[in-house]
Amino acid sequence: MIDILVFSLVGLGVLFAMIRLLIGPTPADRVVALDTFNIIVIGVIALLAYQFKNSLYLDIAIVYAILAFIETIVFARYLEGNHGDC
Amino acid sequence: MEIVSYVFMIIGGLFYLLGGLGVLRMPDTFDRIQSGTKATTLGAFTLLIGIGIANPDWLLKVFLIIVFIALANPIGSSALAKAAYKSCELPKNLVQDDLKELFGGEDNDSN
Amino acid sequence: MKYLATFLVLFTIYILLAGFYVQELMLGGIVSLVLTFILAKLVNYTIDYRFPVKLLVFIFAYLPIFTWQLVLSNIDVAKRVLSPKIPLNPGFVKIKTDLKGDFAKLTLANSITLTPGTLSVDINDDYIYVHTVDVKGKTPEENREIISGKFEKLLGVIFK
Repeated sequence: MIDILVFSLVGLGVLFAMIRLLIGPTPADRVVALDTFNIIVIGVIALLAYQFKNSLYLDIAIVYAILAFIETIVFARYLEGNHGDC
Repeated sequence: MEIVSYVFMIIGGLFYLLGGLGVLRMPDTFDRIQSGTKATTLGAFTLLIGIGIANPDWLLKVFLIIVFIALANPIGSSALAKAAYKSCELPKNLVQDDLKELFGGEDNDSN
Repeated sequence: MKYLATFLVLFTIYILLAGFYVQELMLGGIVSLVLTFILAKLVNYTIDYRFPVKLLVFIFAYLPIFTWQLVLSNIDVAKRVLSPKIPLNPGFVKIKTDLKGDFAKLTLANSITLTPGTLSVDINDDYIYVHTVDVKGKTPEENREIISGKFEKLLGVIFK
């Protein structure tokens, strides 16, 4: 019962981040939403480890955290190249 | 013990929800970066601590993930904020802008 | 000395994570040795016999303040998310820091990011550029006292 509550709260967070990812007016907004989404997914993987009682999922969460960090940095570097006209 | 871990997990889920809501509702890019980073960082901390309390064997790995998130998440958001500043998405009602002396003027390529 | 201390820290972490078996001991030794040489060559840091004391100060003096600030900032975010019409005057301010060393500046910048209403954008030499939601102080010294005053003293003790 409580598991369903936690999963639904986290799922609503994923949904809101996803809406911002779809409607974000500028590329920077989309990357912010993607960053938030990634951190939430780390929590979801940890919750799956708790549900399935299998600690291997935590290793997946570690690797996912590292990849999400690299992804954010690469997107930020890419956006820095796109100078607007200000 | 089980109840404590459930309480931590529910608080973590609430902060995750708050992070998603902040990213959706804030008016400009820098506010979105702030609310998204802060709320999801604390949400990840509490949720992972709750999982660690429920299974004490996993406490060390959970602690490793927490340390990594605490180091990496603010760095990522700083890089994002710098990129957003450089691509000219400034808020409308700025009262002070000290960053202009660093990036403004000529188009420098320094990192 | 630096090599030995780094090796010991890495090896301890590896053994704690992997478990106490013969194969893991050998593999952990090799991996820690390689990592020690890479880190000591490429990264600028100091580690010596005072490291455990500094670690204790970090855990028992710095982390409680940091956690409390994190909770406060989340309450602040919740307030602003639930009623986004609170009047704001955002701005980018620069604050001076006296800390030396890359790790000290990194820790200070991360702490600033996770405190209420501020987000560190860039570091240039001794100045940290911060985006704040509400510019309170009139002069740079006031801003510095408001934004980073609490952390600066403690981190000065820890990172010397």
